[in-house]
Formats: sequence, C-alpha cells, structure tokens
Amino acid sequence: MAEVEQPLPERKARKSVAFSEGATIMDENGNISESAQDGTKSTAEKHSSPSIDQGVEEVTKQMEGADMFAGMAKKKKKSKKTEDADGEAPAADGEFDPSSLKKKKKKSTKPKDDDFEAKLAKAGVEGAPEAENEQAVDQDGDWEKGTGIWSHDNKTPIAYPLLLDRFFELINHFNPDILSSGSRSYKIPPPQCLREGNKKTIFANIAEICKRMKRNDDHVIQFLFAELGTSGSVDGSKRLVIKGRFQQKQIENVLRRYIMEYVTCKTCRSPDTELSKGENRLYFVTCNSCGSRRSVQAIKSGFTAQVGKRKRMQG
Amino acid sequence: MSTIENLKTFDPFAEADDDAGAAQKKQGQDYIHIRIQQRNGRKTLTTVQGLPKKFDQKKILKVIKKKFACNGTIVADSEMGEVIQLQGDQRKDVQEFLVAKDGLELDAKTIKVHGF
Repeated sequence: MAEVEQPLPERKARKSVAFSEGATIMDENGNISESAQDGTKSTAEKHSSPSIDQGVEEVTKQMEGADMFAGMAKKKKKSKKTEDADGEAPAADGEFDPSSLKKKKKKSTKPKDDDFEAKLAKAGVEGAPEAENEQAVDQDGDWEKGTGIWSHDNKTPIAYPLLLDRFFELINHFNPDILSSGSRSYKIPPPQCLREGNKKTIFANIAEICKRMKRNDDHVIQFLFAELGTSGSVDGSKRLVIKGRFQQKQIENVLRRYIMEYVTCKTCRSPDTELSKGENRLYFVTCNSCGSRRSVQAIKSGFTAQVGKRKRMQG
Repeated sequence: MSTIENLKTFDPFAEADDDAGAAQKKQGQDYIHIRIQQRNGRKTLTTVQGLPKKFDQKKILKVIKKKFACNGTIVADSEMGEVIQLQGDQRKDVQEFLVAKDGLELDAKTIKVHGF
C-alpha cells in the first residue's frame, strides 16, 4: 500500500500534462473522439463481458488500454469502464493497485498511457477510494505541530479515530474545567462567626447567605436553632445572635445540611430553587431549572432538655 | 384447630409481630433523632429521641452508660415520649451502637444525627 501512495502525486502531476495531451489528442482526432462516445458503449460491453472479476477487469482494461491505445475511441470507453468498476467495488481497488502500479511504470514510457491516467483522474472516482486505503495504513504526523497528514495543505483523509482523539484532546486542553462541570459547584460565602461575650456567637453574614440561597431568613434561622439545639435573636444590623459557643466550621456544617435538604433540587441537583408554602401548611421546593417539585419536611426542633433550670426559673 | 379454644387465646408471636409492625409503621416516617445541646462551658448533652418501643430504654441506657462511660437519664417528655439523655457528646458512639451488630441492629437510614 505504501507503494501506492507514491504514484498518487505522480498522477496528479500527470493529470495536468495528460489533460493537455488529451486535449491535443482530441484535437488531432476530433471527429473520432466525438464519435467515440457513441461507440464507447458497444466497446465497453465487449470489454466487460469477457472479464467477470472487476479487479481483473480493470487490469485487463489497462492492459488493453496499453495495447489498444492506437484507437482513441476505446480509451474513453475504458475510462468510463474503470469508473463503473471503482464505484461498484472500491475495496477491490486496493488489491489490484500494485499491479496497476507496475503497469504504470511499464507504461510510463508510452505517452498514451498518460492519456489514460488523465482520464482516470478526470473521472475522479478512482482517487477517493484509493486514498482511503492508503490512509488506513499509515497516518503519520503530529497534529499539534501540523505535520504529516495534519498539515494544512494535505488533503488526505484522516481516519475517524484520530480525529476523535484530536477533538477530545483539544476540548480538554481549552476547557480544563469541562470535566468538573458535571457537578456544578455552588458557592456561598463562608459564614462569619464572632464571639459576643463568653456565651454568645454572632453569625454576621446570614442575610447575605440567605439572599444567595434565595431563602427566607426566618426559615434558615429556625433550622439553625433546631439543629444547634439553642435559641437566639436577630440584632439591629440583621446579624444573628446564637446562644452558645459555635465555631465557623460547625455553622458551616449545619448550613451545608440546610442546603442539602432545602435548597438543592434532588432531581437535577441545581441550587436554583424556590421554597414555597403550599396547601396544608406543607413546604415545597420547586426547581427553576428542571421544574420538579418536592415536599420538604417542616423544621422540628424536637426534644430539648432543660439546661440550667434554676437560671431559667429566675430569668 | 378451632376446637381447642384455649390454644387460641395466647399467641406469643402475634403480639410481638403486632408490636413490631406498629413500630415499623411509626418508624416509616419517624426517625431516631440524635441531638446535641450545649451546656455551660465545654459541656454538652446528647439526646436520643424516638427509639422503637420494642426496646427497653432502661436496659439500653444501662448498656450505654457502661459502654461510653457517661451518665445519663431517661426523660419522659409529654410530646416526644421517652428520651435518653446522656452527658457529653456521644452522638457518634450512640449512632454506631444503634447500628452495630452487638447493639440494636437498627437501619442506619432511620437514624438522623443533628447538631454541628
């Protein structure tokens, strides 16, 4: 097959030469060529009938072409013939290519052979399938550097798997985070925790976080108190004062659980959801991106043990 | 079978099954909640709420106290029923105990651990 590759450019080169030659030939026997088209069919039939195998047929035709080049009419027939043969059995091409090559080499001395080649090239049908066969064998070159088969001017067809490889490599190269986009990251600002006195924690940016989550402040606060098992209040600048000592990490954990339960859509995992009170005092989360709707549990604070009975009695 | 009336009166398995069934039904929605509460200073309380009725809370408490080296009590709440209250942060221990083979062998899905 590698051998085959070489003749292809040769052929192209010949093409132009042959063209002119062909033209001259036409000029020389203008009448004949014209009449040849009519006569082609009959001669073509003659050619086709004896040869059963197409591959063999073509070879024989070529042989005949070499022999019979004296008659211009027949050449034309042959070219058409070969077209047909190629169209019908492109796979067969590969098989007889080497043989044809040899012939070409032999024929190269004969000027008429060029003519025949030119007509083949003109037909254009033969070129394509042959090229396919060639490419399947050796696809050299580095697509990053644009060499070999990947070079800009190269018109040889490239095998599908190679193209696919290049596609994925490029897409990963230019979009490094395309792989992680499956789990779309949802970011909220980290909670800011300040200590007020010894026993209270101030959750400073709760308003901002609630806004980001598109949730009602009260709902979030209720959840926080239920989970932490404490109570608290909102101060003048909308900061949350929680009784008890809590670290930022702890608050973060609770918030994460809140988001899991009340913010993210279970179907599409999108955080773009709305919490609304449906009928029967039930809360529903409606997803804005996929439209799913699910009910969520109401927040229950559950059992809270009495801590510091005496203090409470007093206070 | 029907002739012997005496045998019908007491079926040791029926009752147990009924109880279990009821507990299961209740548990269908009712989870076991393990919560934590802050006390003064670094001290905390752990509460275990909603244990199935088929278990004797007293015995569980006794085992837990021994195992986790903490004190605890059973608090009878008007709404939540009996709640086990333990000293210190025992959430992880209790959760493992409830699921463990040598513990209560409960389904981990029915247990909810709250708190930070």
